[in-house]
Parts: sequence; C-alpha cells; structure tokens
Amino acid sequence: MSGRVVVIGVGNPFRRDDGAGPAVIEALRARGRPAAELAVSDGDPGRLMDLWCPADTVVVAEAVYARPGRPGRLHTVRADRAARLAAGTASTHGFGLAETVALAAALERLPRVLVVHAVEGADFGVGAGLSAPVRAALPALVRLVADSLRAAHRRMPGSPGTAGAGCAARRQNHTPSGANTAAIPRRPPPPSG
Amino acid sequence: MSHRMSRVLRLDALARVEGEGAVRLRLQGGEVTAAELRIYEPPRFFEAFLVGRGHTEPPDLTARICGICPVAYQMTACQAIEAACGVTVDGPIAQLRRLLYYGEWIESQSLHIHLLHAPDFLGCADAVELARTDRAAVERGLRIKQAGNAVVELLGGRPIHPVNIRIGGFYRTPSRAELRPLADRLRRARDEALEAVRWVAAFDFPEASFDGEFLALHDPGRYAVDSGTPAVLPAPGSAHRVRGFPVEEFEEHVVEEQVPYSTALQSRLDGRPHLTGSLARYALNGRRLHPAAAEAARAAGLGDPTAGEVCRNPYRSIVVRAVEVVHALEEALLVIDDYRPPAVPHVDVPPREAVGCAATEAPRGLLYHRYALGPDGTVTAARIVPPTAQNQAAVEDDLRRQVQTRLARSRTAVGDEELAALCERAVRNHDPCISCSAHFLDLSVERE
Repeated sequence: MSGRVVVIGVGNPFRRDDGAGPAVIEALRARGRPAAELAVSDGDPGRLMDLWCPADTVVVAEAVYARPGRPGRLHTVRADRAARLAAGTASTHGFGLAETVALAAALERLPRVLVVHAVEGADFGVGAGLSAPVRAALPALVRLVADSLRAAHRRMPGSPGTAGAGCAARRQNHTPSGANTAAIPRRPPPPSG
Repeated sequence: MSHRMSRVLRLDALARVEGEGAVRLRLQGGEVTAAELRIYEPPRFFEAFLVGRGHTEPPDLTARICGICPVAYQMTACQAIEAACGVTVDGPIAQLRRLLYYGEWIESQSLHIHLLHAPDFLGCADAVELARTDRAAVERGLRIKQAGNAVVELLGGRPIHPVNIRIGGFYRTPSRAELRPLADRLRRARDEALEAVRWVAAFDFPEASFDGEFLALHDPGRYAVDSGTPAVLPAPGSAHRVRGFPVEEFEEHVVEEQVPYSTALQSRLDGRPHLTGSLARYALNGRRLHPAAAEAARAAGLGDPTAGEVCRNPYRSIVVRAVEVVHALEEALLVIDDYRPPAVPHVDVPPREAVGCAATEAPRGLLYHRYALGPDGTVTAARIVPPTAQNQAAVEDDLRRQVQTRLARSRTAVGDEELAALCERAVRNHDPCISCSAHFLDLSVERE
C-alpha cells in the first residue's frame, strides 16, 4: 500500500463544460494544502494510467455528455462499474475514460480504489467558461471529491484489506450521499484535427 | 435479403476513431449508389476565433483544435506566421521543433496502431479484449506511446497542449543533459517499435487498393515532417509523373466544398478525391526513410521503399504507420545526438502586413494553415485545412468500392451487421480524426 492519493481533473478548459474537471482541481488548489496529489489530464489512456499507477486511491472529476441529459446533474461511478460499462460501449465509441478504466483493469493497472465524480455538461463547444448549470453544480462536485479524499484518508491507517495487489483494485468503498450512482455517460471526445 | 432490394445502412456508432461522425450507405439493386461520411468539425470555428488576435497567439490557440495532434497545429501556425513576417527559423531551434513533432508522431501513430486499429485484425472487439488476449502487445504499444509523450512533455513543457512553443522557437530550450535520459527511453522504444512492425506485418490483410492520387509534402532532404513542398503521386496507370506545387498555391489545387450531410468541408485535389496521410507520405518519401525503418519496411513485406515501391492497400496502413514510428524514433535519436543548445531560445518575429502560409505533415497527413496579418500583427484572416477533411472524399470512395466488392463477391445476401463492420474497418484504416462534441458515427444503409 503506497498511501498515495491522486485527484485527476479530466477535460479541456477550452471546450466549455469539458473544463469542469480541471476547474475542480483549480478549486482544490485554491483551498491550499490539498490532501492529495492534484493533476489535470486530457484523458489520454497512457497518461491516465501513468498518473494513477501506483496509487491507492484515485478520484477523477470530469464532465460527461448524456443524451438525454440534465446539465448539472452529478454522477458517481465505481471502477468496476465503469469497466463493465466500457465492455458494452467500447465497440461503439472512441477511447474514453470508461475504456481506459476497462483497459487498466485488463492490464491490472487500476489503483486499489477508483471513483469517478462527473457532472453532466450542457455545452462542449469551443470556448472558455462553464455553462450556468455546470457552474452552479461545481461546488457540489468539489464537495464530492473532497468527501472521497476524506474517506480515502480514513481508510489509510491499518484498515483491513488494504494490501492490494499492485495497482489492481476491484472494489470502491465509498459512495458519497447526494449523488446519483450511475453509469458513466460519455464525455465528448477531444477536439481533433 | 436480396441484392435487388434497395436499402440504407446506418452506422450509429463507428468505433475506435478519434471523434464522432456518421456513415450512410444507399444500396440499390446490389449497387452502392451513395456512400457518405458525415463529419462535424470545429476548425471552422477556430478560423473565426483567430481573427482579431495578435500574431503571437495562433500557436497556442490552434493547439486546442486537436487533443491528439496539438504539435502539428502549433508547428504549422508558427511556420505560416513566420513566413508572413519573412522570418526563417533554422539551426538547433528547427531541430528541436522537429524532435517535438517526432514525439507527436510516435504517440499518435502508436495509439492508433495498438489501441484502435490492431483489434480489427485479431478478431477483438476492442483494445480491452486485445489486452486480455495479447497483453504484452498492448503494454508494448503503451510504452512506445509514452516515449513519444515524454518528448512532447519535455519540449512542450507539459504533456498536453504544450505551452513552451512560441513564434520564432521556444520559451525555453533544454540542455544536452536534459535530453540524455530521453534518448535512453527512445532507444528502448525503438527496439520495441521494431517488434511492433514485425507484429503487425504478420496480420492478415484483405485485398484492397486506393487508386486515387496521393498528396504529401516532399522534401528532397528527408522523410517530410515539418518541411517540404506539396507533391502529388498520380493514380496508378496515369501517364503523368509526380507533380508538385508551391505551398502558396495550395488553395488553388486543394479546393474545399460544402456537402449537405457534413459540417466539415470536403476537399478535392485538382477536382478529384485524394488521400493524404501515412500511405501518401510513404509513397512520396519512402526513399528518405531512416535505413533501419527502410529495412523494417522491406522485412514487413512493403517492398523496397528506397526503390520507390508504394503501398496502396489501406489495410496495410497499419504497417506503414509502424514503420513511421521506427523512423521517427531513429530520427529523434539523431536530433538528440547532434543537439547543441541555441544561443537564444527563439528568434524575433516582428509583425508586418502580409499573408503567410505553411504546410506540415501531421500524423494523419498534410495540414495547411494560412494567415493574413495587419501592420501590427493582428490576424485579419485565417484558413486551416486539416488532413481528415481532405481525406473525406477518398474515404467515401474507399467505402463505396469495398462494399461494392463485398456485395459482388457474395451470392447470398450480406447483412447490415457485416456491412457495418466492413464500413467501420474501412474508415478506421484511414485513422480519421473526426472532431466534435456531437454523437459518434451513425451508419445508415438505405435499401430500395
């Protein structure tokens, strides 16, 4: 057990609501003395796996695209659920977070605990700044991430079953209240050329 | 179903390409009467977005067009603006730029080879299934890719949307000592990239041929990446020889047109569909491959690139990409070996009222930028022609041909599911970067 806790904000701040994940990281930094390593990622599978391996707990914050959706609605997803979901969607989509989780599971490169907190976005067009519903939901998203961090630290000292096998993890122990525990809706692909 | 029936096949989701789009096929009496690739593409927004900005800004802004190949956009924007301002960047700064570009080639091509394209040849639904059946291959692909990421991170200042690039060069250039650990990593990746070539060369490749024109930069001095002039390899059997034109004439030859079913403009080269990307680059630059890459190509059954042999089978593009990764790694190592830090990290690029354009070879093919600047450097017009938009018409031709061949070969009906799989493979062969926040690929088949 490395005791390493990482928070990753996935997204691109120049694609409107896709910047929600990085905005969470900004908010945590602004609070000072973060209780975890903070990182921003574009969701690239290799880079994500590098960020979360080896780590005991990884908390991912990101925006997702849901159809039909309710912009601002929050979701919390466990790693095993995300990986299973990817098995059903990878054949119909590009390589997103769910597929990365599934790939990491196949390669035994998942952290011991992985939880994804996501907000449904309204606008993934070109430009900076979050839409009103996502901006309004951001404090709640930050709270979810902070709750997960507290839970991770509570689990740390000598808690049973913490001697995980490398990065492999199959269970997530904490589902914050106030959030939907649901499948990961798709996040939009990165802008591309 | 009977071939006499007409049908429309709709692909609701095209897997494993970058971005989202749709394919619509119309079949009538066993004939493919329409094959349309729909793309929703944001570079148009960027062109307007750039107007009114300072001449130093396009490299940072256009990097955001593509999450996969930001360096291509940055390098092309820099060169176009420098051309407008009458500045040439050479020496170690130009070498570092090329090294950065090789980093992006390595990561982008490796991603496509291992995570997106290889599953097609191995009966796997996706990279996750491939990781379960051939974990070593996927791990190797990720390691090669991460070596490319490391180059971009070191020179670009961070792994995504590099921030160390500016007009005239870099904000900061590395010391030789900083590059040394990178070289060790690239050497290991080079050995693994050679294994990857052998791996993909053993796949089974369906018969197919792209019979149109290839467009790529051609540089007499090297396998073109960030330099050279546009060159065209005519279709097989053509009486014409390779022709070229100055980049300043690009928009006279590559003309964009709107099609009703796609937000991306489609391009035609002198009125005909053309293909840009790895196959085109290899066809026009094969003689300039690094010897190790050329040897790998020969051993992989691509013929002798130094003798001008050309590969026109889109399925084999995975082999060509793997060879290009070897080339990029070898050339990156040469740049690091020769590197001496420049006296200054960038040259001055004073603005002037002018128009400048440039083209470079993004991983997916030729990328063109043009900027018009006002006297104080304010951008007054911008034009960006990405490779995927150029390839759209050729990909549609390829779709039509492959589906037609499949229908002609079968005495019995070919189901939508099989056609959908065929279309997905046909599109993936070209590694399109279909950008958008809209939903992914819808394939529709209309049978009448």
